[in-house]
Amino acid sequence: MNKGLSWFTWSALVVGFSFLYLPIILLVLFSFNESKLVTVWGGFSTKWYVELFNNQGLLNAAWVTLKVAFVSSTVATLLGTMSGVMLTRFGKFRGRTLFSGMIYAPLVMPEVITGLSLLLMFVAISWDRGFATVTIAHITFSMCYVAVVVQSRLATFDHSIEEAAMDLGCPPGKTFFAITLPIILPAVVSGWLLSFTLSLDDLVIASFTTGPGATTLPMKIYSQVRLGVTPEINAVSTILVGLVATGVLVASIISRRSEAARLRDERLATAER
Amino acid sequence: MNQKSRDTDIPAVEYLDSRSAQGPAGSLEELHKRLLLLPPYRWVTQAITRSGLSARGILIATPYLWLLLFFLAPFLIVLKISFSEYAIAQPPYTALFEWVDDVFIQIRLNLENYQLLFEDDLYWRAYLNSVKIAGISTFLTLLVGYPLAYGMTRAPRHWRLALLMLVILPFWTSFLIRVYAWIGILKKEGLLNLLLLNLGVIDQPLVIMNTDMAVYIGIIYSYLPFMVLPLYASLEKMDDSLLEAAADLGCRPIKAFWQITFPISIYGVVAGCFLVFIPALGEFVIPDLLGGSGTLMIGKTLWAEFFSNRDWPLSSAVAVVLLLILVVPIVAFQKMQEKDKAA
Repeated sequence: MNKGLSWFTWSALVVGFSFLYLPIILLVLFSFNESKLVTVWGGFSTKWYVELFNNQGLLNAAWVTLKVAFVSSTVATLLGTMSGVMLTRFGKFRGRTLFSGMIYAPLVMPEVITGLSLLLMFVAISWDRGFATVTIAHITFSMCYVAVVVQSRLATFDHSIEEAAMDLGCPPGKTFFAITLPIILPAVVSGWLLSFTLSLDDLVIASFTTGPGATTLPMKIYSQVRLGVTPEINAVSTILVGLVATGVLVASIISRRSEAARLRDERLATAER
Repeated sequence: MNQKSRDTDIPAVEYLDSRSAQGPAGSLEELHKRLLLLPPYRWVTQAITRSGLSARGILIATPYLWLLLFFLAPFLIVLKISFSEYAIAQPPYTALFEWVDDVFIQIRLNLENYQLLFEDDLYWRAYLNSVKIAGISTFLTLLVGYPLAYGMTRAPRHWRLALLMLVILPFWTSFLIRVYAWIGILKKEGLLNLLLLNLGVIDQPLVIMNTDMAVYIGIIYSYLPFMVLPLYASLEKMDDSLLEAAADLGCRPIKAFWQITFPISIYGVVAGCFLVFIPALGEFVIPDLLGGSGTLMIGKTLWAEFFSNRDWPLSSAVAVVLLLILVVPIVAFQKMQEKDKAA
């Protein structure tokens, strides 16, 4: 390889990844800062974490956020998987174009519009805003992400395996649970993870659709951030980033392993033949 | 005739009855058979069979109804409210449809909100400025993302998966937190100024926080993965021997880049630009936290109109016009994807 090229490659990678990761690393670093001033290093301390666990308001918001995220991502995974199957396996059904439009539109919709429209509807049917409305809002946009992830997995695997099962007399429902679901499971799991983190993150839609008693963590963080940078917020952020990063890494390792196992099985199967 | 053909079709219930497999599915069928002895269960299953609703129909109906109810219906309501008038009431708008003597529906279309959007320069300046800020930051994201994506495809093969993972990982972490991280860096007594002052590069702190510059940085940072991934996908397909051939024939690397590499990656460039431009246009969090009071963006305007002024009809009109603007790049993007699929 050309020497000039590898020099360029190196600097592009180093500069690019430093840009992506330095802000997060600095944020984590300063959450362990003794000093209240965010830019002056006053020695290592975990006191902001201790303070965090004494802040009842923040803990309540975190609990609400986790509940919303868990419920919404679970329902969204169910609905999203159904939608993904519909779009790839059901051929033409009445209103398919409208349906696929409704699946893709939320992905490009500005959050302010999604939030506003849902709120106006909840008001129009005079539904009191709170835990349920935030959860419904989160289900609605998350299920579209799940549908896209599941759909792309379904599109890449061989339809003939399912056809073979059905030709041998396996009913469609059983075929789905015995053949299709195990194959698309990694996509379903990553769809769930994606919905969970999307719900965990969401500020704008939650601000529109929530009511008294259902303040989520991002809303709490946002209202404090507007007042300025504090080490306490750095500590919350560090915990959130740490949790999400661990979750994603573990999930990707598991899916890589299962993929490797599947490939090995396939090789064995062809070798026996 | 019709009756007869229906009889020859095996109803779903009987079809399930006729199968008695072992295993969990078998026990489910056993349960179903027992439950058929209970009249309510029998009626419901018969009703489902008679109405022609199959398992497939129910499967289609559930997510379909959900999206109709919580995605499409809310939009129609936004559209409706955008034509009504602001009122000091609960909810704060007037009714669009009114029953007259319980017989006729009177429709009062009120175009004032839209008129205001075009007359008050605050609004159309906010729209124009959003397009400008989204456009400039999309270009800057391309400038930052291209070398990174290029570098990734040049890296040793066994690194690539890990590098891809590293690009995707920040996308999973909280958007709000990633924007927040920049406040501590960019503000007047922030880390960047501290570093540059200590190095002696500048002797006055730079004012970046609360300017458009900070918004650009925020957008580039937040949407970089959206740019890098399609670029990487299109650059990875490139055949290295093309560049080697060009070099053998005496083509200079820069010329080779513009003549070979860039045209090959053009699909990734355009896709990446759309993926950054579209969400950046309606962005709220970044201009609100990093931008200043002079940073006009339509997402911010909508938010303020709704939460501060409580003018629901006007914010609905703002949303409708924003959607109309967004339709242009979204349709263009879809056309491009279809063309790529066909090719």
